Amino acid sequence: MSDSNNAHNVSYLDYKGQYKGLSAWIFSTDHKRIGLLYLYTMLAFFSVGAILGLLMKTELIAPGATIMGPKAYNALFTLHGIIMIFIIVVPGLPAVFGNFFLPIMIGAKDVAFPRLNLLSWWLYVIGILIVLTSQFLGDGPPDTGWTFYAPYSFQTPANVLPAVFGAFVMGFSSILTGINFVVTIHRMRAPGMTWFKMPLFPWTLYGTAWIQILATPVIGITLLLIVAERLLGIGIFDPALGGDPILYQHLFWIYSHPAVYIMILPGMGVISEIIPVFSKKTIFGYKAIVLSTMAIAFVGYFVWGHHMFTSGMSGRALYTFSFLTFLVAIPSAIKVFNWVSTMHKGSLDMQTPFYWAVSFIFVFMIGGLTGLVLGSLATNVHVHDTHFVVAHFHYIVFGGTGYAFMAALHYWFPKMFGRMYDLGWANLGWGIFFIGFNALYLPMFFLGMQGMPRRYYDYLPDFHGGNIISSLGAWVMISGIIIIFANLIRSARHGKKTTQKNPWGGKTLEWQVETPPTLENFEEIPTIEKGPYHFGE
Amino acid sequence: MSQETTHIVSYKTQIFVLLALLVLTAISVAITRIEMGPFNTAAALLIASIKASIVLAWFMHLKFESRFFTVMVAAVFILFLLVILVTFFDYSYR
Ligand code: HEM
Ligand SMILES: [Cu+2]
Repeated sequence: MSDSNNAHNVSYLDYKGQYKGLSAWIFSTDHKRIGLLYLYTMLAFFSVGAILGLLMKTELIAPGATIMGPKAYNALFTLHGIIMIFIIVVPGLPAVFGNFFLPIMIGAKDVAFPRLNLLSWWLYVIGILIVLTSQFLGDGPPDTGWTFYAPYSFQTPANVLPAVFGAFVMGFSSILTGINFVVTIHRMRAPGMTWFKMPLFPWTLYGTAWIQILATPVIGITLLLIVAERLLGIGIFDPALGGDPILYQHLFWIYSHPAVYIMILPGMGVISEIIPVFSKKTIFGYKAIVLSTMAIAFVGYFVWGHHMFTSGMSGRALYTFSFLTFLVAIPSAIKVFNWVSTMHKGSLDMQTPFYWAVSFIFVFMIGGLTGLVLGSLATNVHVHDTHFVVAHFHYIVFGGTGYAFMAALHYWFPKMFGRMYDLGWANLGWGIFFIGFNALYLPMFFLGMQGMPRRYYDYLPDFHGGNIISSLGAWVMISGIIIIFANLIRSARHGKKTTQKNPWGGKTLEWQVETPPTLENFEEIPTIEKGPYHFGE
Repeated sequence: MSQETTHIVSYKTQIFVLLALLVLTAISVAITRIEMGPFNTAAALLIASIKASIVLAWFMHLKFESRFFTVMVAAVFILFLLVILVTFFDYSYR
């Protein structure tokens, strides 16, 4: 290795290792390059998922078959759900920004197991490829929805197994990332960085990692049971074979509800990083945020039944789950109060990442509060499986995790690429996106309350008005997305170069290393004395 | 950094552990012949947990590692137990 390629002074983007070209990326064990691998994979599939969504909204612009029939529509929402949930938001922030920034933020040179980290990405890609085969092989694409509910998922002739098995493989990727992060956080914090001096994004990654490790095996086993039942005819879930379909729902949601916290917790972590930096104020209630993170991660294991209120559970189970659901909303609300109090009397710096963060709080609250409507037994019966649920989870998954992802991207972009994006276009993109987003999803709450069910290509003429607004909103939102990503992609390649270490005035460690970071992040591992958000000292 | 220690378990202990696991397997089969309603599930889970603990303690060396790991594993077991309990709020009262 030549001297100019010394790991200490060469940017991770320019570093020349033993491989060249594409191989220098897909075989790199550098946590930063792996983060970008995930980012590019996700962007590619997000575009596919978004186009599917747009097609569905176009179908729904008028009653009756507009551009497709029921079969195509069912296949579309299934693939849309599988892509968006399993490929985008579940790996989401941890895989991209966790990989890139967790080691830097805790003062480490890499994650604990760099090779395992690369294996995670490979498993992820292999899982995706397996899922994709379901679209082209066998008796047509799956039409079960991303939830694969029994007994339909055993009876449909469609090609369910590859989709299920692909999700299973991706689960392993998720578990390995979780293990890697837990060990990294336990063992590799810089000297002096006690648990309560650790920044909040790593804290949320920690809570998330535990959910990834402990909840994902449940879905793995469940998906294998589906395979066993479909291939060998063992009666586990199918009542025709003596199985119990509600057991399937239990097992599915024992994973999938904690999984929604895999999606949202890192998002909350990002927002907790951004709000103090752009308010120039120490975060309000650091410990409250840490504890509420861990409380959400823990209580979140016990609320899965709120997806099954109308499925025929026992009465005792109904009110237990409803009670626990209300309980888990409390720590989420605590965080909102913390963010708002941090901004209170701060000196606000209105920049793109801050716009995303504030709009996150807005849409997250709408999503969270409508969650309570769904969590109450009486109202749930009315709106379950209607567009109200679709609106709820888009507000909270797209509005929460999605906005946090955009916030993170605009916040860390200069550090990751050593280039700056165009602020004007970024803000314009945000504005258009925000308007389109609300036009798209807000009407769904009303449609749901009026009784429009989800997962149908057709509807009664009474629902036409709301659907027109919603479908037009989808087109507006997509225009915003195109502006945002065109700006970012162009800037990553041709944007103004910057080596400024700390463009936003952040206090966490990633703002003290080179821009872009060197191969090993730190020439010397720093010693930590202060908490992570010591503004105004 | 803590010191890496290697601990070698004697063959004798290994064989005892193996025998214990086999006996417990036999018990878990035998016990299904007794009709106990929901407690059949409880018994099966209990025996499985004992077996898992034995494997963890000797084969996976938890017994010879720092106490911290034992606490972590215990916490996971408790979580798992709670999940099962909550599931049975449904099954026991349908
Ligand atoms: C304030 C806390 C929350 C409460 C009280 C809540 C409550 C609920 C309830 C009761 C349902 C079931 C509705 C039904 O099918 O009848 C539901 C659905 C859903 N929620 Fe939430 N939720 C909350 C937060 C979240 C978060 C943070 C996420 C994800 C980041 C999320 C994602 C979802 C998804 C994806 C579904 C629909 C799943 C499906 O059937 O396809 N929720 N929520
Ligand atoms: Cu849930």
